[in-house]
Amino acid sequence: MSVYTLPNEQGHFGKFGGRFVPETLMKAVIELEQAYEEARKDPGFYSELTGLLKQYVGRETPLYFASNLTKHAGGASIYLKREDLNHTGAHKINNALGQALLAVRMGKRKIVAETGAGQHGVATATACALLNLDCIIFMGEEDIKRQSLNVFRMELLGAKVVSVNSGSATLKDAVNEALRYWVANVDDTHYLLGSVMGPHPFPMIVRDFQSVIGKETKEQFFIVNGRLPDAVVACIGGGSNAMGMFYPFIDNKEVRLYGVEAAGKGVNTSYHAATLTKGKPGVLHGSLMYLLQNEDGQIQEAHSISAGLDYPGVGPEHSYLKDTGRAQYYSITDQEALDAFQLLSKLEGIIPALESAHAIAFAIKLASKMPSTQNIVVCLSGRGDKDVETVKTLLKGEVRNESN
Amino acid sequence: MNRIERAFKLLNKTNSKAFVPYMMAGDGGLDCLVDRLILLEKFGASAIEVGVPFSDPVADGPTIQRAGMRALQNGTTLRGIIEELEKAREQVSIPIILMTYLNPIYAFGIDRFVEAINNAGIDGCIIPDLSLEEEEMIAPKLSEVGVELIRLVTPTTPVERIKQISSKGKGFLYAVTIKGITGTRIDMDKELYSFLNVVKSFSPLPVLAGFGIDNHDQIMELSNYCDGVVVGSKIVELFNENKMDELKQLLSINKKMSQLT
Ligand SMILES: Cc1ncc(COP(=O)(O)O)c(C=O)c1O
Repeated sequence: MSVYTLPNEQGHFGKFGGRFVPETLMKAVIELEQAYEEARKDPGFYSELTGLLKQYVGRETPLYFASNLTKHAGGASIYLKREDLNHTGAHKINNALGQALLAVRMGKRKIVAETGAGQHGVATATACALLNLDCIIFMGEEDIKRQSLNVFRMELLGAKVVSVNSGSATLKDAVNEALRYWVANVDDTHYLLGSVMGPHPFPMIVRDFQSVIGKETKEQFFIVNGRLPDAVVACIGGGSNAMGMFYPFIDNKEVRLYGVEAAGKGVNTSYHAATLTKGKPGVLHGSLMYLLQNEDGQIQEAHSISAGLDYPGVGPEHSYLKDTGRAQYYSITDQEALDAFQLLSKLEGIIPALESAHAIAFAIKLASKMPSTQNIVVCLSGRGDKDVETVKTLLKGEVRNESN
Repeated sequence: MNRIERAFKLLNKTNSKAFVPYMMAGDGGLDCLVDRLILLEKFGASAIEVGVPFSDPVADGPTIQRAGMRALQNGTTLRGIIEELEKAREQVSIPIILMTYLNPIYAFGIDRFVEAINNAGIDGCIIPDLSLEEEEMIAPKLSEVGVELIRLVTPTTPVERIKQISSKGKGFLYAVTIKGITGTRIDMDKELYSFLNVVKSFSPLPVLAGFGIDNHDQIMELSNYCDGVVVGSKIVELFNENKMDELKQLLSINKKMSQLT
């Protein structure tokens, strides 16, 4: 059995990944790599992180057999990995705490981060409050409108939220501004990147901190069923919850890995975020990865009903897993996600984040084509509280009852 | 010998410093690119950096960001710029250096790009998001055709790395004067001078200082520590506001810099 060891020393996953950043940042990026190599060998670091994940975040999160959803889909059994039950309501806190501890280790007491949905911003602001670090969050103007409650949460937690109105005023532009801020403040500031993207070592670090999701899933599933699931499913923005779920299963070739992108209004319109389906390899935000771009290499705006999936790139490791065929990537439209959002709420009493609703919608389709003896685990990356207002507006206050 | 090497040889012989303006191609329309290059040469530029607009310019401040957006709205493409520069080559004799983020090159195709800029008579290429660690994908190809890859060092670059970076290529070394993006105010302080001294002492290549430079006093002061300057945001602003007299005045420093040394 071959053992998966990527990225290599240059931070490459095949041709993807790498370190494509202005020279000003190279020292910080190399220092981060060194600090992480030391930290990962230090049992003290991990016991502190594991302690916080247990006592503060509430891990481990349950692996829940969704019997009503399974019945509805009429095929394979569907399990939900309940990342929505984490403190702050999504998987983002796993990475935020890990990196905040790393920053403290490096003697950096100022944190800058980008956020899309606001979940990573809230998680970062939370970790900073806990560890007494200064926190500045860049967020697109559009997203600030869509996720106003999360803006207020971040402010309550003591973070400064800066509105970004360049470009499409969404996540990609927030990353640009966060990088510019980091360039100017690199001596005392750590950039707490929120997904498996950016220059090496970020994609690796974020994956490693998120892989607690897949590790727990593997054990929990084994205890109940005495084997591994047949498939795991996760939504893809930058790709961190998916990478966290996939990584511990990568060498278990019998487990199929499915990533679900946002098809927005449809992959054949110009309003989607289906990077792996419709994009081409290119370089953005420090890394070679699939990108939505025009033929001149200008980055295109992504669109999704969910702010957290609204990104025109996708992590380099997913780009690699797609090209090698180890993982498969599909997309789900705004409407399908909206339907799944309501369906899961009604059937299971769980209101999912709109991001996670994409994974649910795909899992239902997948399960229906698989025999009832097989099993799927879906990463329920976050809870839907932040989206309730958006969905209410979209449904004009009327929840459809088609699923009853 | 490449036009850049020749230009620095000549500056050296006459004890002169280089003044390199940066302009955004396509800002004000691509049709005026050639005329602007001719004008900059006439005003006394030693070489010209031509910026390629990119949707996500992470190393640039608001002035160059906005210029890039205007250029993109005008429909400017890398291919169009290279075509114009090929025309300009017949009328402009100083070195022309293309400054572009990596993705437009990657989308164009690296091999095709190298061939196209070489055919167009472009002398050098600055790629601000291409690190030393990743340059293998393009540097050998540029070097093969004799187009110089201009590398950057910054105040955060450790000494060992400055040595490593400056040992490459034959053009010049670009010393970024600030920890920050283009157009940020520069601190003319001891820290900056000692950084430039360090760079100068290790670099076998001529050293040009750039980022945040916008007036004669700074330029005169900086020319004590390096072989010349790159002026970006200020030039972009003057072109955009059509202040040609001020532009001429700014570039006239080139003569003063030369007399000084
Ligand atoms: C609940 C939730 N799921 C998924 C994502 C997408 O990010 P990633 O693909 O990195 O997991 C986000 C991002 O904000 C999120 O809030």
